[in-house]
Amino acid sequence: MTSVIEKATAPASSPAYTVSELLAVVSCRYLQGKRRVFAGIGLPTLAVALAQKSTSPDIEQVYESGVCGAHPPKLPETIADASLATGAETILTMPVLFGYVLQGGWIDVGFLGAAQIDRFGSLNTSVIGPWDAPTVRLPGSGGAIEVMANSQEVFVVMRRHNTTSFVRELDFCTSPSPIAARRADPKVPTRGAGVTTVISELGVFTSDAEGELCLASIHEGVTVEQVREQTGWPVKVLDSVTVTPPPTEEELRLLRDDIDPGRVYLR
Amino acid sequence: MFSLQNAIGTFVSDGDVVALEGFTHLIPFAAGHEIIRQRVKGLTLVRMTPDIIADQMVAAGCVDTMVFAFTGNSSVGSLYAVRRAIESNGTGGLKLEEYSHYGLLARYQAGAAGIPFMPVRSYAGSDLVGINPQLRKVASPYEEDVETYVVPALNPDVAIIHAQRADRHGNVQSWGILGPQQEVAFASKRTILLVEEIVDDDIIRSDPNRTLIPGFVVDAVVECKYGAHPSFAQGYYDRDNDFYRSWSAISKDPQRLQAWIQEWIHETGGHEGYLTKLGEDFFHRLTPTPHLSSPVNYGSVL
Repeated sequence: MTSVIEKATAPASSPAYTVSELLAVVSCRYLQGKRRVFAGIGLPTLAVALAQKSTSPDIEQVYESGVCGAHPPKLPETIADASLATGAETILTMPVLFGYVLQGGWIDVGFLGAAQIDRFGSLNTSVIGPWDAPTVRLPGSGGAIEVMANSQEVFVVMRRHNTTSFVRELDFCTSPSPIAARRADPKVPTRGAGVTTVISELGVFTSDAEGELCLASIHEGVTVEQVREQTGWPVKVLDSVTVTPPPTEEELRLLRDDIDPGRVYLR
Repeated sequence: MFSLQNAIGTFVSDGDVVALEGFTHLIPFAAGHEIIRQRVKGLTLVRMTPDIIADQMVAAGCVDTMVFAFTGNSSVGSLYAVRRAIESNGTGGLKLEEYSHYGLLARYQAGAAGIPFMPVRSYAGSDLVGINPQLRKVASPYEEDVETYVVPALNPDVAIIHAQRADRHGNVQSWGILGPQQEVAFASKRTILLVEEIVDDDIIRSDPNRTLIPGFVVDAVVECKYGAHPSFAQGYYDRDNDFYRSWSAISKDPQRLQAWIQEWIHETGGHEGYLTKLGEDFFHRLTPTPHLSSPVNYGSVL
């Protein structure tokens, strides 16, 4: 699928980069100052690795498989690769990972992806269409519900930004934002801010005090109007909206030469 | 000590609730294949992450109901037999009971501990509550105006797990990513254990803290070298990523999928035949360089 970014023309002065590289770089910048990140493989892994090599050398990544402090000799293909286990600082059992690390409140930022996201950052990873007769069956929650309910905040990376992925109403709410959770079950305690940051192929949304996702920056070559057209809800645009600074030569060099020379995730 | 054929034949019956566990690592593929070979029917398959083994068992007609938290083939494609059995334009017929990772894990924990249910911090506001009546909310007996979601204990008829090594009594040692194996073994009425190798008692006793599951929980010990292929066994063989990547194309075409099951499961006659068909040198490229842990000193009475 051709993305909007690839069709847009970048100014001649900035280096050429792919959507994957842009998403990894922008995600990395938002990780500055964060300590412990729960992230799966793919773009979040690249973002954390880039942060470790640039702005945030102390940042730690916790994998769903229980691996913490991984020092893999090569980029893993799955969250449970043998290369992640060898040389790791610890491999936690599942009750420790989910019960104590996540539920215990140790995670600063959880990274999630989704097929659909709504205005307040609730996510659908279950089905397109009705649950009992879906047109597309998606994988399901996995640990996403727990990551959403227990992280201090959640970053969402959305490779595709259009009205079928940024929707007014989810087909199925797999992982509710804390606001949606409190509305449904006011007596069940929630933790954290839910989705605070969405990094898409078009721009970045950040949440306001009410938890609404607002357009904070647009990537170069993208217009605010384009974001409005491709988003299924009326987009609130921050007064401070800016153009996302493009990836620097150094960020691209780290990603391409140091972190993912085999192009496992960079496409 | 059992043969694989005998263990499945003895402990797995039509209509059972069977938990096959292993979180990407140590997936008991050989046992799943043997269930298909013995044409077991009407199973409730419990698995946190139904992946290729679930696709194969669903395609072979072994599974009526799937209890799960995440069903997919990692990042390398779809499970088309599972999807055909669920999606509106498919063949239908697969009943689902859907959780999240911790929800299903907590069901094993409650089952293992002999308590009726387990509270979890998630599920408030999730549509899973609407489609899964097992997800219920209770008032905290300790705090005013506080509620929590709970999941019920799960005690599968059979747990099937794979590990690196055990002694002949079934004391299981495993390392690397541990998955929910310990929880599901304690939760289940019967446990079938497959291992890469049966080792001398002395080896197990040299490092008792590494024993994940005591022998008294295990009903059948099966020595089954390479029995987790195409998944991996830390320190023994790596994941066969080529096979994982090839699965989508096989699974997408129902005829090709049935032909694959016929060729690689039924016609091989057993795990030995499967290994023979893979070829003598097959695992060379998947064998990792040794990377040994430093021994710890348990000390001994003077």
